[in-house]
This record gives sequence, C-alpha cells and structure tokens, in this order.
Amino acid sequence: MAVGNRALARERGGARSAPGRGPRPRRQWKAYLYLAPALAVLGVFLLYPLGQSVWISFFDWNGLSLATWVGLDNYVDIATDPRIRAAFGHALVLIVFFALLPVLLGLLLTAVMGRAARLRGLAFFRAVLFLPQVVASVVVATSWLAIYAPDGLLNQVLRAVGLEVAARSWLGDFGTALPAVGLVGSWVGTGLCLVLFLSGAAQVDRELYEAARLEGAGLLREFLAVTLPGIRGQIAVALTLTVVAALKTFDLVYVTTRGGPGDSTTVPAYLAYERAFQTNQVGSACAIGIVLALLILLVSLVIARVQPAEED
Amino acid sequence: MTARSNPPARRSVLLGLAAAGAAGAAGCTPGSSGGSGGGAQTTSSAPVSTDIASLGEITLTVWDQNTDEGIDAATQQLNERFSQQYPNVTIERVSRSFEDLKTTLRLALSGDDAPDVVQANQGYPDMGAFVEAGLLQPVGPWDASYGWQERFPADLLSLNSFSEDGRTWREGNLYGVSSTGEIVGVYYNKGLLQQLGLSAPTTLEELAASLPAIAAAGQLPIQYGDADKSPGIHLFGAVLAATAGGKAAADLVSSAGGAWTDPDVVRAASTLREWADAGYLPEGHNGIGEDEAVARFARGEGVHLFNGTWQLATLQQAMGDDVGFVALSGAGGTPETLGGVGLAWSITAGTANANAAAAYVDFVTDAAASQVLVDTGNLPAVAPEGYQAPQGTLAGDIAAGWQAVSEGGGLVPYLDYATPTFYDTLTGAVQQLTGGQSTPEQFAQALQADYESFQQDR
Repeated sequence: MAVGNRALARERGGARSAPGRGPRPRRQWKAYLYLAPALAVLGVFLLYPLGQSVWISFFDWNGLSLATWVGLDNYVDIATDPRIRAAFGHALVLIVFFALLPVLLGLLLTAVMGRAARLRGLAFFRAVLFLPQVVASVVVATSWLAIYAPDGLLNQVLRAVGLEVAARSWLGDFGTALPAVGLVGSWVGTGLCLVLFLSGAAQVDRELYEAARLEGAGLLREFLAVTLPGIRGQIAVALTLTVVAALKTFDLVYVTTRGGPGDSTTVPAYLAYERAFQTNQVGSACAIGIVLALLILLVSLVIARVQPAEED
Repeated sequence: MTARSNPPARRSVLLGLAAAGAAGAAGCTPGSSGGSGGGAQTTSSAPVSTDIASLGEITLTVWDQNTDEGIDAATQQLNERFSQQYPNVTIERVSRSFEDLKTTLRLALSGDDAPDVVQANQGYPDMGAFVEAGLLQPVGPWDASYGWQERFPADLLSLNSFSEDGRTWREGNLYGVSSTGEIVGVYYNKGLLQQLGLSAPTTLEELAASLPAIAAAGQLPIQYGDADKSPGIHLFGAVLAATAGGKAAADLVSSAGGAWTDPDVVRAASTLREWADAGYLPEGHNGIGEDEAVARFARGEGVHLFNGTWQLATLQQAMGDDVGFVALSGAGGTPETLGGVGLAWSITAGTANANAAAAYVDFVTDAAASQVLVDTGNLPAVAPEGYQAPQGTLAGDIAAGWQAVSEGGGLVPYLDYATPTFYDTLTGAVQQLTGGQSTPEQFAQALQADYESFQQDR
C-alpha cells in the first residue's frame, strides 16, 4: 500500500493547487480552469479513496458483512495495542538504518570522493553505487535472504575467518532480525544519498574550495565549511526520500521475515496489509494506514525545514 | 520527487484532507450494498435440476487454487472431461496460489460479477465470513441428486458446514464439497533410522523417547524451518493433537469447548520448547524457510520432518523408497493429527447458473474424479472403489495414514481456523516459544486471549 507515495503526491498536489493568491482574486477563476483536469484526476484517484479509507477506519468491518460503527476505537487501539505500537516502534528504528546511516555514509563518501573529482571512471562507480536503487525491491530482498540464511554467504564468511561464534540465523534471531532488515535498507539507500550529494557538491563554486585551501583548511574543515552548507538542499531531499521509505517499508519485511520471528520485525504497512487481507480487520487496517500517512506527512514537513528557503 | 512542500502548501494539504473526509462522509456504511451478496440470498431461484444439457450456451467461471503441478494436471483433465460431457458449458478457469486466492477471493465474491464456483477455505476466517455475508449458497438442495452425504464421511462434510449465520462451524448447512484430503505427519529417513538401530515411530511418546539417542549420535532429530511461519502451526498442531487427543483439539479449533490454557495445550507447548532447548530442532530454525527445511531433510540432514502430505511428490522424487510417513498416535492409540480436506468447491450466491455450478462441483468430487486424482499423484478425500495403494512406498504410507485418520475420527482441523486472527497470533507465538522468548504458559495465554476476544465478538 503506497501510503507514503500517496502522502508525497498529496503534497505535490497541494503545492499545485495553491497558486493565484494575491491581491487580484479575479484571476483565480481562470487558474482553477487550468487546474481542473489535474484536480479531477487527483480527486478520483487520490482524494476519494483516501476519504473512503478515513471513513472505513471508523468501522469494525470484516470486508464482507455489514460494518459496525465504532468511532475512534480503531485509533484508540493503535495507541493501546502493544503489537501495533511495537510495529510503529520498529518503523522508527528502521529510520536509523534507512535514513541516518545512508546519509552519514553518503556524506563520508562525498567528503572523500570530492577530493578525487578527476578520478577516472567516477561515473562508473557512481552507477554501481546507485544500482541497488534500480533493482526491484523483491529481488533485493530475495538476494539478502540468501546472504542472511543460516548457511548463507554471511555465515560462510564468518566461519571462514574463524568467527564461528558470531554466525547465526540472522533473520530468525530475535535480537538480529530487525537490524538485519534495516541494513538491507542502508545498502539500498546509500547509493541514492551519495549520488545526490555528489551532484550537489559539483554545483558548489570551485572558488570557495580554492579559498578554503588557501586559508589552509584541511579535508574535514573544508567539508564542514564549504561542502556541507552547499548540499543542505540535497540532504533534505535525501532525508525525506529515505525516511519515507523507512516508514512505509513493506516489501522487504514481506519477503524476508513476514514480521517474524514472533513480532520482532512487524511494521505498520505490513500490519495494515495483514489486517486488510488476512485477518478480516479492514477498519483497523485503514486506521493504521491513515496514521502512517499522517506520520509520514508530519516527518516530511519537519524535514522540509532543513532545506534552505528557495528564492522566488 | 523533487517537489518540496513549502509553507503555503501546508494549508492546502489540510484543505485536501478535509475535502477527502467530506467525500468519504457521503458514503454509506461499508458492506451495506454487497452487490450480489445482499445477505438473505441463500437459496437458488431456479428449481433444482441435473439437466445441464438443456441450459443452452452458458459460461461457468471457476476460481481454484490448484496451481501445484499434480493437482493442476488433475483440474485440467477434469475440466476437459466436463466440457466433453456438456459441450454447451464453457469453463472459464481462474487459478491462483493459495495466498493470492485468499487475498482476492473476498473482493471477487462481494463484487457484482462474482464467479459461479469458488474454492473456499474452511474455518471462521474464510468460509464463516462468506456465509455470514451471504456470499455462498448451501449445496444441500442438490444432495438428493448427487449423494454427497453418502459418499463422504460425516466428519469430513462437517468441515464444510456452517450454521446459516456463519457463527457456528461444523454443523448446519453444507456449503461445499472437497475433493482431496491432507494430513500433517512425520516423514522419516529410513536409512538414518536403520543406522541408529531405531524403528519408525508410531506414537508421539516413541518419537520423543528416541530423540536424545539420535542427538547423542550426532544426528539432527527433527528437521524444521519456520521462517515462513506456517510450519509452526503444523509442528505444534501435530504435537497438540497427539497430546490432547483429536477430539479435544478439534473442539478447541471449532469453538465447541475447552480453553487454550488447558493443561494439555501447555503440555504440548512444553514439549516443543524442550525440543528446541535441547537442540532437537535445528539451530536458527526461525530463519530457515520451509522449502529449505524440506530440501535439507531430502539431503539426509535430519531424521524426522513434520510436514503435510502435500510434500509427497517432492520427497518421493528426492528420496525414493528411503522415506516413510506416519500419522502419530496419541494416548488413545489411534492416529490423531492435524489435517483436513482440500478447499471446498462451493457455489456462490450470485451465480446465475446454480444448477450447472452444482453439476460441476459434483463432477470434480465424484468417484471418477478420485481416480483422476490418484492417477495424477494426489490424495483424494475418498479413495476410488477398490483402490489399494502400493505397500512400502511413501504413497502407500500416506494413503494408509489418511484413511486411518479420516475414518477413525482423529482429524484435527488446522488450528488457524479457530479465529480470524489466529493465524497471526499462533504463528508469532510458536516462533517466540521455540525461540526461547516465551514460556509454555505465556504461549497458551497469548492463544487464549485471541480466542476470548473472538468469542466475545461472536
């Protein structure tokens, strides 16, 4: 359920529907005329289903028989049911792996690679690092399933270097399952962050670097004083994309662990799917979806503040 | 994805939300206009008839879950034969994997253009919900013509029976007929057992007693992988059936009596926890997929494997005569285990061709169909007249096991039929139990909590 996409799309739609503010209101009519086709599409394919989801979330409904109005019960459940709360908690943990780690790694690599701007074959390395973004997520998940398997690549390597004690069933162990899933997200996200940051750094005025070097700034100093401020916009974009990806994670969990072992890797999107399609709790599924969408919206708005104001 | 929200956008987002809410409020209570399944539509409008040839050119849309090789071949053959017998009926087959069927059938049934015949899963989560919503019609009116009550043991038919309100399982109207049978039992590696000087187990006690010696000899006593979550139901269910007895376990599943905190349930859970703690189950089993576990067993890793009769073809091919199958007996001395009949062939309430649908249901479940099933390597619910499975082969073991369990009343329906949310609750709880995260008592309480909340809603 592309809850996240929906939220983003909604923002985009919103941004589109707010022109023509100003002292001359007469202009608005024409503007709306131009907007009408986009609004119609948006309304039919986004707002109406969204409204339906909100409406259904107030019911106890098995998807077939007549539903019972339960008011805010489904939302109260989200706040009180430890299983649902745990799922939201897991999503927050995933933010560390999906967003913070890739952004930090991306920054580190940018700082290092910035010095090698004339490296031959840079485009090639960039492409390789970006590859995980291009591969279908189910393929990514299946590959990692094989890596994490009890006889998989990771354990084989550990055993080969004498770390037998560290070898385990990574996705079946209550302590390691969630970080294991998270690290797949880090792997996917790092390339995206790096490519974004490199392109940002390339736009920074070369003279600034020269000036910094003339002043005797080292690698770290140069990075903090010149590169970092220069790519704030890219960082905001990278954070938004990766945080949203973390919060709406579904496919990774669905393919690798199905929320297990126990409930240790359940995430809201997986719970919503399970409740809507497996356990006849459509109302609750909708409530989870709505809360997830609102959460994503909120987080995106907060991150947007990182971005420097664009001059109009 | 580069458009970013700047402050003015925020207000319009809220506006959009409000507008969306208003759009929703204009709708009515979900489920109130169920299309074809209006609720009371549980009887066929046309008089019952078995004369299909006179119906003219019609199309019968059939949804099945027979995507596996053997059963797919059987379904294709039967469909072809049906078309030969009734050239005026065109069968439009929609075949989906079990899980895809589960997630899409619900929408298909409640839509305006519902299929005519569907394979409905038993238990409260599926068939119960369909019956409650009036989406299936009882097949009883056709029984006089087709004689299902005579052909199938009452125990098997009750699996496809519900009260008219869908609230009580295993009694009331018959809502479908199943063509195949399946049980969960223990596959054993004959070569390894012989090496260890052991004979094949027949009871849970014998099996449990042999495990320490197997482990001491450096072999894995029980191969098991629960990453897919459903194998947990099979392992625990088979142990529960043999511990509590088929009747008590079956009553728990169908809400006929008992509690999931009963001593026998806790005892079965303790057995599982002990096996896991003692290393009788493979290390890291919660991260091993079911297919991987079966493949390992076929390679000779593990002396026993708890799994269903649906692995017959795979294991027979991989191990030949080196593998056997047994349905374990409990204290009662008769085989008691988890199992059931294949998904029920049911007639939808919305079909315009109920008589043709009933004829099809009978056609794919009658004695001739049983023979087709046997010929294609499947296990029919009722063996064809005079059929004798070859002794000493896996197919023979499985046919004998099914016969003993289905005719001896030892069949315990899949535990996840117990409540709509039980699959989720139980599979998670088994992983926690064998993963050492919960005690048998906590395990039992988790199941009971789910069960109680279902009983309150019922």
